[in-house]
Amino acid sequence: MQRRLSAILKTTAARLSALYLLLFAVCAVVLVIYMTSLSVRMLTAQTMDTINEEVQDLARAYERGGLPLLARYIELRSRQPGANLYLIADSDGRILAGNVQSLEPGVLATDGWTTRPFTYTRYGETAGRGGLLQRTQVAPLQSHAAIALVFRLPNQMIVLVGRDLGEPERFRVVVRNALMAAFGMMGLGALAIWFFVGRRALKRIDDVSAASLRIMGGDLSGRLPVSGAGDEFDRLSENLNVMLARIGDLNEGLKQVSDNIAHDLKTPLTRLRNRAEATLNSAPSPTEYRAALESMIAESDQLIRTFNAILMISRLEAGYSAEQVVKVDLAEAVRDVAELYEPAADEVGVTLETTIDAAHIVTGNRELIGQALSNIVDNAIKYSAGASENPLVKVALARRGNDAVLSVSDNGPGIPDPQDRERATERFVRLEKSRSQPGSGLGLSLAKAVMKFHGGRLDLVSGDPGLTVSMVFHEARGES
Amino acid sequence: MSCCRTVFGRRRESMLTEPAQTADSAYKAPMKILLVEDDREAAEYLQKAFAEAGHTAHVAADGESGFLLADSGDYDVLVVDRMLPRRDGLSLIAGLRSRGNTTPALILSALGAVDDRVTGLRAGGDDYLTKPYAFSELLARVEVLNRRASAKEVETVYRVGDLELDRLSHVVRRGGREIVLQPREFRLLEYLMRHAGQVVTRTMLLENVWDYHFDPQTNVIDVHVSRLRAKIEKGFDGPVLHTVRGAGYMLKAG
Repeated sequence: MQRRLSAILKTTAARLSALYLLLFAVCAVVLVIYMTSLSVRMLTAQTMDTINEEVQDLARAYERGGLPLLARYIELRSRQPGANLYLIADSDGRILAGNVQSLEPGVLATDGWTTRPFTYTRYGETAGRGGLLQRTQVAPLQSHAAIALVFRLPNQMIVLVGRDLGEPERFRVVVRNALMAAFGMMGLGALAIWFFVGRRALKRIDDVSAASLRIMGGDLSGRLPVSGAGDEFDRLSENLNVMLARIGDLNEGLKQVSDNIAHDLKTPLTRLRNRAEATLNSAPSPTEYRAALESMIAESDQLIRTFNAILMISRLEAGYSAEQVVKVDLAEAVRDVAELYEPAADEVGVTLETTIDAAHIVTGNRELIGQALSNIVDNAIKYSAGASENPLVKVALARRGNDAVLSVSDNGPGIPDPQDRERATERFVRLEKSRSQPGSGLGLSLAKAVMKFHGGRLDLVSGDPGLTVSMVFHEARGES
Repeated sequence: MSCCRTVFGRRRESMLTEPAQTADSAYKAPMKILLVEDDREAAEYLQKAFAEAGHTAHVAADGESGFLLADSGDYDVLVVDRMLPRRDGLSLIAGLRSRGNTTPALILSALGAVDDRVTGLRAGGDDYLTKPYAFSELLARVEVLNRRASAKEVETVYRVGDLELDRLSHVVRRGGREIVLQPREFRLLEYLMRHAGQVVTRTMLLENVWDYHFDPQTNVIDVHVSRLRAKIEKGFDGPVLHTVRGAGYMLKAG
């Protein structure tokens, strides 16, 4: 439990709630201080207005009946409950009449408003509205805060009219209590959030940790839990799951590659070894030795070529995207490759025809596109040569909707069976008819990997006759 | 070592004074090569093979000593493995370049992807060869690199025997008679003539004339070369474009 609590305290949720608590508390204090000072100022202004009115009344009374009327008037007002403070004193400050028994010294010395609240004691405080306790013990000494207006009559007598500040004071107390209560509640709320959110987050994290431990333990098919709430934990888990799936794919691909390498390289390696052995055993002439060595070098070159192609395909299929990517004009690529292959095609009696409707700019790697296209063109020339009366390979670049389609069609035997067409782009698949032709069986797989790297696809469509292989680039930008 | 230096000095001099030199002198010229390779067996084999081709090769087994040797020695070409102990090949070359050393460098690497080559060349390498390779390929490239240090780049007219190529007007003549070439054929001939007297491999042609670095599988380059050969030899006096068996082509008079 202790450890669990300390773990909760360490969570981000806990830190956040603490931070928010602090922030809210500071805000509340500032707000309350501002509101209080504003209200107190308002109440004081109200009090001063009341006093002013009172003074005007007193002035009228004095005008009508002189000092006696004023005194009586004050006497009358003093007795009303919750009355203002009234006081008449002689010029020396001795209190003559009114409801104030004593007050802070110096208040009467200056005319006008008392700038600061002062304390005073009221007559008959003992018989006031307070409780028993107040009456017997505290009341005689009790003083109150008040503000007052002091002025002199023509005969130098001092008149004070004041008002108790009890009301704003009480207000202040109420606000203070409310603030304390609010603080308390905020603290409790933060603690609750802290505990529940923190614990919940901790549980989710623990689940994820447990799942990743399982995966690390070797269960590569395992996935992180997704609660379905669609919150940030779910998003994180989903992304991590996609990552795991990708890693799984790569792992699977790697396994397949090594299987293929083992399978496809073992055969020629064995052949190479057997040939060396046979040459050694037969005690041949120097020329035969030479021929054997040369054929072995050629064989190992082919092996290396195959190996390089496999590595390249794997890299591309793995989406290893460090290859340089720039703007490539497909029309340029077609012209380059056609120009490169035209003499070779001519040599074997194949006509190489190029149709380009416009420039198509794609983001990609010129080298890879060139290699893929030359593999396809190479195949087309190989299979159409001698297969018909006028062997023809057509290379066409055209727009189809948003795509740029680079297609190579031949009028050779083609691949009539759709399943065979499907398989033709798989690694090392060499359809029966093609076994007699030289090649590693990786040309189309490489082209397919190149297209995958460029976010496009490789289509094989049976022509009549022949085969059309299309490199489809998505979102190519046309330029005429 | 001092003997080699004098031989080199003489060779360079002759090349400067004789812009339209004949093929053989450059091809036979021995070079001093620094081989930075940590695989001892491979290094010994290369050293022997270079010696058989008439060149002197020194071997450094790690990047740091390779750097020190290259920086202090007077080498014609550096052959640097990319992955080396103590200091990798790219950093070695970049270090030399930052010190103003412009000795041509060929990078040998097991990494063959397009971007690996690009980073290699960007670090200051002049050529890039992927392992495994044929020695004839390496030799041809190293010899061409050495020539690159010469003043051939600035010449405007290349001459080999009675064959003449004007790089500015794009006119090719043999024995005074003009030969009409396609743009690509012109570039092919231009490259062959720039390296006249040296073996030029098929991959070198594909790289330098077509700017492609992949393996073309079929004999596309051979067909281009034989077409060019037909144009510059048919009806003229004697062959100039020779096939070097197991290696590539060489343009030379006679």
